[in-house]
Amino acid sequence: MPKIIIKDKIVDDKWEVLPKVFLGEPPVNKLLLLPMKYWLEHSETLRLPVLGIWIDSDEEVEDIGEKANMFPVIAINFPSFTDGRGFTAGRLLRERYGYNGQLRAIGHVIRDQLFYLKRCGFDAFQLREGTDLEEALKSLNDFSVTYQGDADDPNPLFRRDQ
Amino acid sequence: MYQYTENDQKIIEERVAQFRGQTSRYLAGELTDEEFLPLRLQNGLYIQRLAPMLRIAVPYGLLNSTRLRKLADIVRTYDKGYCHITTRQNIQLNWPQLEEVPEILAQLAEVQMHAVQTSGNCIRNITSDQFAGVAADEIEDPRPWCEILRQWSTFHPEFAFLPRKFKIAVSGTEGDRAAILVHDIGLQIVRNAAGEIGFQVLVGGGLGRTPVIGSVIREFLPWQHLLTYLEAIVRVYNRYGNRANKYKARIKILVRAWTPEVFAEKVEAEWAHIKDSPETLTEEEVKRVKAYFTEPAYESLDDATAEASLSNQAQEHKAFSRWLERNTHPHRIPGYQIVTLSLKPTGVAPGDVTDSQLEAIADLADQYSFSEIRATHNQNLVLADVKKSDLFALWQKAKVAGFATPNIGTLTDLICCPGGDFCSLANAKSIPVAEAIQRRFDDLDYLYDLGDLTLNISGCMNACGHHHVGNIGVLGVDKKGEEFYQIQLGGRAGTDAELANVLGPSFGREEMPDVIEKILNVYLQNRRGDELFIDTCRRIGLDPFKESVYAKNHH
Ligand code: SF4
Repeated sequence: MPKIIIKDKIVDDKWEVLPKVFLGEPPVNKLLLLPMKYWLEHSETLRLPVLGIWIDSDEEVEDIGEKANMFPVIAINFPSFTDGRGFTAGRLLRERYGYNGQLRAIGHVIRDQLFYLKRCGFDAFQLREGTDLEEALKSLNDFSVTYQGDADDPNPLFRRDQ
Repeated sequence: MYQYTENDQKIIEERVAQFRGQTSRYLAGELTDEEFLPLRLQNGLYIQRLAPMLRIAVPYGLLNSTRLRKLADIVRTYDKGYCHITTRQNIQLNWPQLEEVPEILAQLAEVQMHAVQTSGNCIRNITSDQFAGVAADEIEDPRPWCEILRQWSTFHPEFAFLPRKFKIAVSGTEGDRAAILVHDIGLQIVRNAAGEIGFQVLVGGGLGRTPVIGSVIREFLPWQHLLTYLEAIVRVYNRYGNRANKYKARIKILVRAWTPEVFAEKVEAEWAHIKDSPETLTEEEVKRVKAYFTEPAYESLDDATAEASLSNQAQEHKAFSRWLERNTHPHRIPGYQIVTLSLKPTGVAPGDVTDSQLEAIADLADQYSFSEIRATHNQNLVLADVKKSDLFALWQKAKVAGFATPNIGTLTDLICCPGGDFCSLANAKSIPVAEAIQRRFDDLDYLYDLGDLTLNISGCMNACGHHHVGNIGVLGVDKKGEEFYQIQLGGRAGTDAELANVLGPSFGREEMPDVIEKILNVYLQNRRGDELFIDTCRRIGLDPFKESVYAKNHH
C-alpha cells in the first residue's frame, strides 16, 4: 500500500483517487476520493457510505462551500508543484467554510512545500514518488516563526503573545 | 533603519538552513532540476550564461556601512571582486559557485541581509523612493510601510507559487520616484480630508513584453487595511491569473482582460470576507516599525552660511560646481544635502561597484551620512544626509574612489541591464552599447546643455533596463542570430509616466552612437528655450526623428 504523511506520521494511504473520467459506476467497497464535479452532479443518486472528494486546481472551492464538512477527506490536486492555486483553496476551505475534516494535498507536491501547505490548512500530504518520507517530515518544521496569520492561527506575528 | 528582532533573525537563519539542505539534496540528485529551480529562484539564485547569479535583497534600497563592508568581503571571497546594483535596488553577484551560496547566505544573515524572494514567481523585494525620509515633498515616510510589507510578504504561505513574479512599489511623495505606475501593485501614500494616512492603490502596471500603465482600483485605503486588501488582490491573482502561458501570466494581463473595474469588484468581494481579520494593522505595530525610521541626530545648522561657502567653493572649482549641480539634491533639513554617488563612469558597466569601492563608500557613509546608504533604481548609490559644509571634502574623496562623475540625470547616467554579457535570456549585449554612448558623449558641456534626459537599455523584452519609460529606450533584439537594437522615444517614468513609441527598424551595434547623435540633434534643433528632451519629443512627435535617423537608408 502506498504511504502518505498524515499530521506528522507516515501511514498507509487507504484512499483511492478516482480519475475525472472513469467508466461505469464508482466501486462501492473502497475508500474513494471522487472528483468534485462528479459528486456535485450525482450526489442525489449516489449510494456510497463515507466518501471524500478531490478538487482540481482549476475548480472553485466555492462549489462545495458549506457542504465541505460532509466529507471526512477532501483532497486538493496540484497538477504541478508550481501551480499555487491549491494553497488558496486550502485556506478558503478551512478559514471561510470551517472545514474540519482531513485536507490532503495530492498530485505533484514536494517536500519543500510542506511547511506552506501545513499553514494553508493541509494535514495530509501525498508527496511525489521517490520522496524519502522520513526525511521529508523534517520539512514540516522548516521554520519556527512566521509573520502572517494562517489557517492554524489567524493572528499575525504582531498580534501573537511574544 | 530597521533592526531585526530575535524573530526576524531566526526566520532568516532558518531560511539559510533550509536552503543549505535544498542545495545538498540537489547536488545529491534527490531534487530534480525542475524542482530545485523555483526553490533556488526564491532565494535569488539563477543559473546564468557563465555562472550562477545571486541576487541579494536590499529591502527598499536601504543599506548601511556594516552591510556594505560585509558585501565587500563577500564579493572578494566568493566572487570576482565586484557586484552590480540592479534597477530594483537589489545587488547581484555574477560569479558565485552554487556550492558556496549557502555560506554566502549565512554570512549575509550575520548583517541582517538575505536573498529571499528576489526572484521566482512570488512577491518580490518591495521597492521605494531612494530619497525616502529626506525628500522635501514627502507626505509620509514610505519605509515603515515597506518594512511592514516586507514582513507580510516574506514566506507568505499562500503566495509562494503565483502565476508569475509580483512586484510592489511604494511612494510617499507627490512626485513619484518609485515608478509605482509600472508595478504589479503601486501604492501611493495619501492623506484624506481628515488628515488620515492611507493608500491610493494601483494594479496591473508593468514593463516587459506587454508594457502597461497601472490603473487605480482604490482611491483611498485606510492604512489599517493595507495587508488585508493586498491579500485580497494577490489572492484573486493567484486564483485567476493565467498559468498556461507565461507571457500572459502577469497580473496586468488579468486586469486588462477583466477591465480594472471588474478586477476591483472581485478584489472588493474577496476583501469583504477578510477585512477586519486579525491581519488588520494595529496602531501599536505601525508605531513599533516607525520607531526604527526616526530622524538621525541632525544638527541645527545655519543654511545661509553653508550656502555661502558652498558657492565660494563652487566658484573656485568648476568641477566641484558641476558635481554640486548634478549629483546633489535638496534635503528637507536646513544645512543638509542629498548626494548621489555615480556608478556610471565611462568604461565601467553601469551599476557595477568593486569591493574596495564598497568599503570606500562605507567609510564615507560613516564619516558624512550617519552610516546609511541607499541603492537607487537608476543603479547609483545615495548618501542621504550630508552636511553642506562637508560636501567639498566628500566630493574630493568620491572623486579619488571613482564615483564622482558629475552626470546624474544626464544622458550618460543611463540605466542598463546586464544584457548578453551575463544574462542567459538576453537577445543582445547592452553594456557595450552603454559604453559606446558614454564614450561618444563625454563632453560635459554638451551633456549639461542637453539637460535632464533618461536613456534606458534592456538586452531583451523582459525590460529589466526599463526601456519603455526612458526618454530614449534601447531594446536588444535578435534577428537571425545577430544582435540589433530597436530605439523607442518619448517614454518617461514618474507621476506622469508614459510609454515610449518605437522609432522604426533596428540598428546594428556600431551604428548606435551615430543614431543617438542624430536624435539629439533633432532635439537641439527643435527645442524651445530650455524645453527638456522629453517635452520636445512629445510636442513634435516621432516624425522629425524618423526623417533624420532613417534619411540615408531610404534612397
Ligand atoms: S532585460 Fe533581458 S537581457 Fe537584460 S537583464 Fe533582463 S532578462 Fe537579461
